[in-house]
Amino acid sequence: MTSQSSTLVNIQGLEKKFDLTGGLLEQITFKNGKFQRRQEAVHAINGVDLQVQKGEALCVVGESGCGKSTVARTVMGLLSPTAGEIHYDGQRIDNLSGDAVLPYRRKMQMIFQNPYASLNPRMTIQKTLEEPIRFHHPEWSELEVRDKVHEVMHSVGINPDWGARFGHEFSGGQRQRIAIARALAVDPEFIVADEPISALDVSIQAQVLNLLMDAQESRNLTYLFITHDLAVVEHFGTRVAVMYLGRVCELADTKTLFSTPRHPYTQALLSAIPKLEDDRPNHIRLQGEVPTPVNLPSGCVFHGRCPYANERCKQEIPQLIATDGGAQVACHAVEEGRL
Amino acid sequence: MPLLEVKNLDVRFAVRGGDLKALRGISFTLDKGERLGLVGESGAGKSVAAFSILNLIARPGYIAGGQILFEGKDLAAMSERELRKIRGNRIAMIFQDPMMTLNPVLTIGTQMVEAILAHRKISKKAAREIALEKLRKVYIPSPEKRLDQYPHELSGGMRQRVIIAIALLLDPEIIIADEPTTALDVTIQAEIMDLLLELCEQENVALMLITHDLGVVSQVTQRMLVMYSGRIIEQGSTKEIINDAQHPYTQGLINALPQMGEPGGRLFQIPGSMPSLKNVPTGCPFNPRCKFATEQCKREMPQYVRSGNVDVACYEVSNLIEQEKRMQEAES
Amino acid sequence: MTTATLSRWDRFRDSFFWYSFKRDKVAIASFLVLMLMVFAAVFAPLLAPTDPYDLTQIDIMNSELPPVGLSGSDAAFPLGTDAQGRDLLSTILYGTRVSLMIGFGAVVLQAALGILFGLLAGYLGGRVDAILMRIADVQLSFSTLMVAIIVGAVVKATFGSLMFGEIAIYMLIFIIGVSEWPQIARTVRASVLAEKKKEYVDAAKVMGFGTPRIMFRHILPNTLSPIFVIATVQIANAIISEAALSFLGLGMPETQPSLGSLIKSGFDYIQSGSWWITLIPGLVLVVLVLVINLLGDWLRDVMNPRLYKG
Repeated sequence: MTSQSSTLVNIQGLEKKFDLTGGLLEQITFKNGKFQRRQEAVHAINGVDLQVQKGEALCVVGESGCGKSTVARTVMGLLSPTAGEIHYDGQRIDNLSGDAVLPYRRKMQMIFQNPYASLNPRMTIQKTLEEPIRFHHPEWSELEVRDKVHEVMHSVGINPDWGARFGHEFSGGQRQRIAIARALAVDPEFIVADEPISALDVSIQAQVLNLLMDAQESRNLTYLFITHDLAVVEHFGTRVAVMYLGRVCELADTKTLFSTPRHPYTQALLSAIPKLEDDRPNHIRLQGEVPTPVNLPSGCVFHGRCPYANERCKQEIPQLIATDGGAQVACHAVEEGRL
Repeated sequence: MPLLEVKNLDVRFAVRGGDLKALRGISFTLDKGERLGLVGESGAGKSVAAFSILNLIARPGYIAGGQILFEGKDLAAMSERELRKIRGNRIAMIFQDPMMTLNPVLTIGTQMVEAILAHRKISKKAAREIALEKLRKVYIPSPEKRLDQYPHELSGGMRQRVIIAIALLLDPEIIIADEPTTALDVTIQAEIMDLLLELCEQENVALMLITHDLGVVSQVTQRMLVMYSGRIIEQGSTKEIINDAQHPYTQGLINALPQMGEPGGRLFQIPGSMPSLKNVPTGCPFNPRCKFATEQCKREMPQYVRSGNVDVACYEVSNLIEQEKRMQEAES
Repeated sequence: MTTATLSRWDRFRDSFFWYSFKRDKVAIASFLVLMLMVFAAVFAPLLAPTDPYDLTQIDIMNSELPPVGLSGSDAAFPLGTDAQGRDLLSTILYGTRVSLMIGFGAVVLQAALGILFGLLAGYLGGRVDAILMRIADVQLSFSTLMVAIIVGAVVKATFGSLMFGEIAIYMLIFIIGVSEWPQIARTVRASVLAEKKKEYVDAAKVMGFGTPRIMFRHILPNTLSPIFVIATVQIANAIISEAALSFLGLGMPETQPSLGSLIKSGFDYIQSGSWWITLIPGLVLVVLVLVINLLGDWLRDVMNPRLYKG
């Protein structure tokens, strides 16, 4: 564990369930001659511990349904956790209410996946950017607000003269720049980016990634970067957390993870990246499919698809354990030295 | 004679304020059993190209010129009746979203049998046998059971396997796959691509793979086309293009990939974005974003020049080739 | 990329809205007819030859004169007169004014209630949603006319006929407005449910904006297009409802006739040959309702989001 002082965001024992069944009336079913109360829930996150260090870009990767976006939304307070705590700079924030949470709304910002939906279609760019600044700095003068808007638009490469235009007049890449400008407008310290480039074209992805890296350097930002694209992670991330079915299965420095992946799932995931090589692909084939998060498998969530699973894996949930390579891996096989 | 030859294909969309030129004179060939990649960013016209091959462009789009020769016959000039005999039968198509092809209220078996009976006069039982055989080919576990299931009972990966099985039902000569794995997770994408590759080789089917993913193209295809703003700007051997792209746009596209950059360093970026069809620049469509652009590039669309096994439409490249030639001549 | 920023007017002229309006002859014709009628109604006191509310200008001797062109007509009364000797043209102009006022008033009230409750139900969800939508269901299960008849009868009994005449217009606006709000509330709720899932709402929440600000400043403007369509059609409906009530004798009194009460007042004389007292206001009502509905249909086509994006 790294020193406590540099931890900016601390996620402890986070769990999130989504209730599938509605009210009490919908839960009661009549089966085999008797009434039964039935409750079903999607277990989106099942005990996640993560520490985001100041100044780093912590990437969370995984396939759809692994809970990575739920982690992002829970950290930002868009969802309230079922269990667990979230601390920002030592202060617990997941149970704050009303005005107490406002300072954190300024310090923590989010960039969304879909630039076509994240800008209000009825607001001009100028208004979109001015509103958060006015809201958080009601004491600022008109001129100060304008200067700030000018500054953030300039810093993301959008011509400040285009403020009177609406979002739909811009291309996808430009919209994502504007969304980034909105996040930067309130001078945050910490940014959660939920798949910020996956809706964009390849040549535009590079522009936006560069922009995010420039902003990190010039504004001293800390990122929690959610993505499914491992190539981006390798380039962008300081550390990587690999998630599978709502649990972190491996957490390591980017370099360590990509050179020596330890968890069998990480290995399969890395082998599946299409590389720019003309030889035959050599993928690790996983058996079966991802189980639904409604009925979680017992023990290690990955055991049904894991070629190294044994009896212990089927019963006991593995914990993240530090290995000698520096990575933290949640796998019995790694712990026992079988792998 | 190539299996499929597209000659000077022009596709337009009639909208208010005039026609949008979605494809501007594209030409390429596809041989029997060949795997061809069609690469480009959104708006480049790659899906339009795929749809127009089967003459499936819906209004307000229309084929304004050119030929699509399939075994020597022009698909662009064919009647709807004749086209139907080719669609699904000789040329099959796989879409990005499996639910676009699968009818949610019919079982998979019904849909597969129906597809066979539409083109062949055989008994229902025989058709069901063919369906089973194809499901086995795409490694679907317990295929008998799947035949009686509905599409929503299958996972995304399984659905895409079913789609591939349906595409193979009538032993087509060509499969056109439009972003077949974009909606899928990485591990499943890898499996589906492996499967598609294996089947095409086994059955000697020609594959036209439309994708934005250069990694997938480099692993699966033998030749590739790079499209930009309704034109093919570079085409030829996949290996040569990936290893040594000639056109500045293709170079930029490859160098912009995160795996090409130094980890943590800045990525190579092409400035600007693709022009919308409403205001395509004159001359080479890439000229406003190109660092080599000259006055000539702004005036005229460059002609193709050959470099190795690659055709490139770029003045800069053709000038370089000229220079090289002159130097060689001077030496000898 | 260097085009100067467009002004609002240029933007409008370039929009799909204006483009499709220009190309739709029915829409243009409906709009012109409606504007003509609204203009005539608004400036009725200036345009009308006589003031039908002014008893001193009415002469009972002039009653039941036919329109110009029929035998026994008087050139002073181009559309003839009604049973009390009022000039029919002037009465229709004033009547259209009353009908339109009730139509607009009722829809403004409906929209205010519908938008507020729809936003609350859609955005807050859960119990608020359940309660508000059950109230809407109950409200919808009573027909407008039934509620109006009961309320009208009660009001008439408590205030007396004279007083009733004065407050009738407000009562009608209130009744039609209150009984039709669920239509708008449901539409608003449906679009709020779709909008609140979009990321711009999450972005506003992440900024720390309060619930009222998100509801009214961010979500409401994006739900306006369907409201616009419904409100247009609802104006026509409100005018029809008012006419029906007046026809039943529970609407506007004959001293301040709306189109509906004019039709009713003439209905008694239709057998005696004075068909114009009913037919002409009837035609005006039909044309008014028709053009509003045609405009509503056109709006629905234009604002269809699937077409709009294209």
